[in-house]
Amino acid sequence: MSAFTQYFVDIFQGVKSLLTGMKVTGYYFTHRKEIVTQQYPENRKKLQMYERFKGEVFMPHNEKNEHKCTGCGICEINCPNGSIEVISKFETVDGKKKKVLDQHIYHLSMCTFCGLCVKTCPSDALAFGQKFEHAVFDRKMLTKVLNQAGSVISKEVKE
Amino acid sequence: MSFLYDFSILTSRIDAWLNSSMSPFWAVTIEMTLIGLTFLLGYAVIGLALVLAERKICGYFQCRLGPYRVGPWGIFQTIADFIKLLFKELIVTKNADKFLFNLAPFIVIITSFMAIAAIPFAKGLHAIDFDIGILYVMAVSSMGVIGVLLAGWSSNNKYSLIGAIRSGAQIVSYELSVGLSLLSVVILSGSMQLSTIVESQADGWWLFKGHIPVMISFVIFLIASTAEINRGPFDLAEAESELTAGFHTEYSGIKFAFFFLAEYMNMFIVSALAATVFLGGWMPLHIGHWAGFNKVMDFVPPIIWFIGKTSFVIFIIMWFKWTFPRLRIDQLLTLEWKFLLPINLVNILIIALIAMLGLHF
Repeated sequence: MSAFTQYFVDIFQGVKSLLTGMKVTGYYFTHRKEIVTQQYPENRKKLQMYERFKGEVFMPHNEKNEHKCTGCGICEINCPNGSIEVISKFETVDGKKKKVLDQHIYHLSMCTFCGLCVKTCPSDALAFGQKFEHAVFDRKMLTKVLNQAGSVISKEVKE
Repeated sequence: MSFLYDFSILTSRIDAWLNSSMSPFWAVTIEMTLIGLTFLLGYAVIGLALVLAERKICGYFQCRLGPYRVGPWGIFQTIADFIKLLFKELIVTKNADKFLFNLAPFIVIITSFMAIAAIPFAKGLHAIDFDIGILYVMAVSSMGVIGVLLAGWSSNNKYSLIGAIRSGAQIVSYELSVGLSLLSVVILSGSMQLSTIVESQADGWWLFKGHIPVMISFVIFLIASTAEINRGPFDLAEAESELTAGFHTEYSGIKFAFFFLAEYMNMFIVSALAATVFLGGWMPLHIGHWAGFNKVMDFVPPIIWFIGKTSFVIFIIMWFKWTFPRLRIDQLLTLEWKFLLPINLVNILIIALIAMLGLHF
């Protein structure tokens, strides 16, 4: 195709693609059914949340009060702003000395919800929760211990 | 029928009454003050209404609600924002050129004030009716870029300077297309006076009378004038994401409000000009010799026609602002110099032929 015809083809294709774009937005403008805005304080009871939402980091426990954290500390190393502290202890199981999790401390006040801890955890022990109303009157309440009291590591996790 | 909504009867009566009760000097002074006050009030009302309309329309295009809390459907939102801006502190950066820094917003707002004077709002509702109306509006509205350049330069900020220089390059190139596309109607109507252009459309708007070439120049006018008033997708001078608002980064409070209002008023002026030149201004929709239809259309006041047509053009400008992503500077200049300008020149030639051979209606 010569440069001359290419020039006119460019013009018509450009106009066509512009009109396609305007058709899409025009459709949204005239079809006002799917409004994504949620009027938060009013609809608090039936607020629609999404799976991808990063509310806060938490550690899922199963019904037997077991978690999957091995206390390896990879999340602590990966956290860019030091909001995770993993405190581990040594336990003697079957005559062998073994490292287990004592306390998984999470400073919500420093967390930027980047998700590196959740992504890099080798045993999928961490997850993002949907809770987002974090305002409290005391800063200390933002420091949380993620493993529940008396919880142990699940048998399924391979080390 | 033609006398029904004629504002010149009212204005000439006021003029006669003022002249009979005082000396001509004071009569003129009072008339000018009245017109100035009307424009000031109109400026504030139109500016605030346009900002609200932009936010609501943008919300609708993006499946959002837009402002919703202040007043019913958020109609008092922009008034609240404006009051907030009035109370804000005016910060001048340490190394700014103080005089030019303070002067720039006034240049921007005064040029848009000057341009609005030549717009015919309705029959007889026209502050100054120049015989070179189009030339005047073009000349005055392109002076606004001086304010933008000064704002960028005097802020002593790299981002502001980049934004201002971009704006300069943009105006220099797109002014050509705006002028040439308006020239097509000047050729057809044989006049640069805006009132004559409006009256030449009594039997049909130029957009329809001038066949496809005038439609092409209408589209080119819309594109080029959007670029001229620094609106998206040609808002490189502001470019929130890359230049942090460009030339008005360092401005706060009422000076920022001046830039903001001037931007929206320029949009109004450009739309009013497009409505006047291509869509018949305040002239009702007349189709050839359909006397009955034309009579029914005459009952709608001209000011309603004018506002309706202007709002239509404003809506189109907003529509493509919220549809297309921002252009790069090289794409912007390519669009003007490689596409719009050659098309425009050929278009002018065709229109000149149409006008010579009398092929238009």
